[in-house]
Amino acid sequence: MTASILHIAALLRKDILLEIRQQYTFYGILLYVASTIFVLYLAMGQPESTVWNGLFWMIQLFICVNAVAKSFLQESSGRMLYYYSIAGARDYILSKLIFNAGLMILMSLTSLLLFRLLMGDPLQHPWKFTGTVCLGGFSLSLVFTFLSAIAARARQNAAMIAILGFPLIIPQILLLMRISNDAFSDVIQGGFMLMSLVLLGLDLLVIALAIILFPFLWKD
Amino acid sequence: MRWWKFLTVALLLYTYIGGLLITVPDVGNLQHTIRNAFFHIPMWTTQFIVLTISLVYSIKYLRKPKINNDIYAFEFAKTGIVFGSLGLITGMEWANFTWGAAWSNDPKQLGVAIALLIYLAYFVLRNSMTDIDKRARISAVYNIFAYFIYIPMILILPRMVESLHPGGKGVEGNPGFNGNDLNTAMKWVIRPAYIGWALLGIWITTLRLRLHLYAEKNQIAV
Repeated sequence: MTASILHIAALLRKDILLEIRQQYTFYGILLYVASTIFVLYLAMGQPESTVWNGLFWMIQLFICVNAVAKSFLQESSGRMLYYYSIAGARDYILSKLIFNAGLMILMSLTSLLLFRLLMGDPLQHPWKFTGTVCLGGFSLSLVFTFLSAIAARARQNAAMIAILGFPLIIPQILLLMRISNDAFSDVIQGGFMLMSLVLLGLDLLVIALAIILFPFLWKD
Repeated sequence: MRWWKFLTVALLLYTYIGGLLITVPDVGNLQHTIRNAFFHIPMWTTQFIVLTISLVYSIKYLRKPKINNDIYAFEFAKTGIVFGSLGLITGMEWANFTWGAAWSNDPKQLGVAIALLIYLAYFVLRNSMTDIDKRARISAVYNIFAYFIYIPMILILPRMVESLHPGGKGVEGNPGFNGNDLNTAMKWVIRPAYIGWALLGIWITTLRLRLHLYAEKNQIAV
């Protein structure tokens, strides 16, 4: 058990160090976030709350696809063999899931900030929405991490991740939109806790599936 | 022909004839369109059963990489899509008359549209790879992943939100199986219908399988 945690920590540290030293991925995605939201602002101005909410989650979706896609692209096959021999498949996928979740939460919070800055601030319950945004970023990153693992094995291209991913992400997007709608109105709507729990349950399901299925992708 | 093929024909004939002849309860504004239930609901159960069989063969492939398991999974997924589309079309026909419009953003309709997208993505994924073993392995993984996300979605979400379908928020019971419309003569027709349509789905798949396996053995494109 502790060996597992050490492996995961080591792999995480490797990923974070690569990010800090290369700085290409992190700043690239940050720039992508900023440009997209800026273009959106120029196109839409300051929309009202339901449109704001919808646009926000759509932008999150595209940011997630881009942010997570790179995570499996970087490794050459020789290096993958090396990781295969020193750490188990389970530790590897867990470290990727954790790293991408962290990255995505950071990106989500940044885009929330930019949205509120540029596109008006129709939020009535900002802290609730921020919590939902963190949960949403986490959920989206889980599914897309596993899908980019699949797409990395198939003939890798960015369109493949979107094709595979968008139908599967729909239940989470629907849940997120309903949960986040709560933050816009003054009236407390029922079902908030239930839907958040359902979303968390769905996330746990995705994590469990990823851990069980990744070893089959790993072998080549 | 095997015995179950005769049974399929008999059950389906019984369903058609019985479905059109029995007296149906008068529920809401449905009147006689409720007879569509003998066709529309079994399309769903058949799709569900066939996609589950596809899942089983995908799992079998991952445990023992015989190429036949992959071919079975693929063909059952294909039939699942056909029945899903039929279920959607019969549903839209029915909705056109009773709900006013063919498409009304009902969660179950959305659910089937999503299912079609998921399994069409499965086919695109398969086509993107040419190495047979890799294709089989990766598509088996995707099949399992997609199934376990699809099933919670289709079973849980429609019950949580308001729905035009029976069994949405505020209505008790498992829609389609315990609805109070079915405590009548309808149950004598609909239960054999479930079995008959499911067997038809499996029959169609076995025919395609024979074709595919023959093509595989003689290296013809199918």
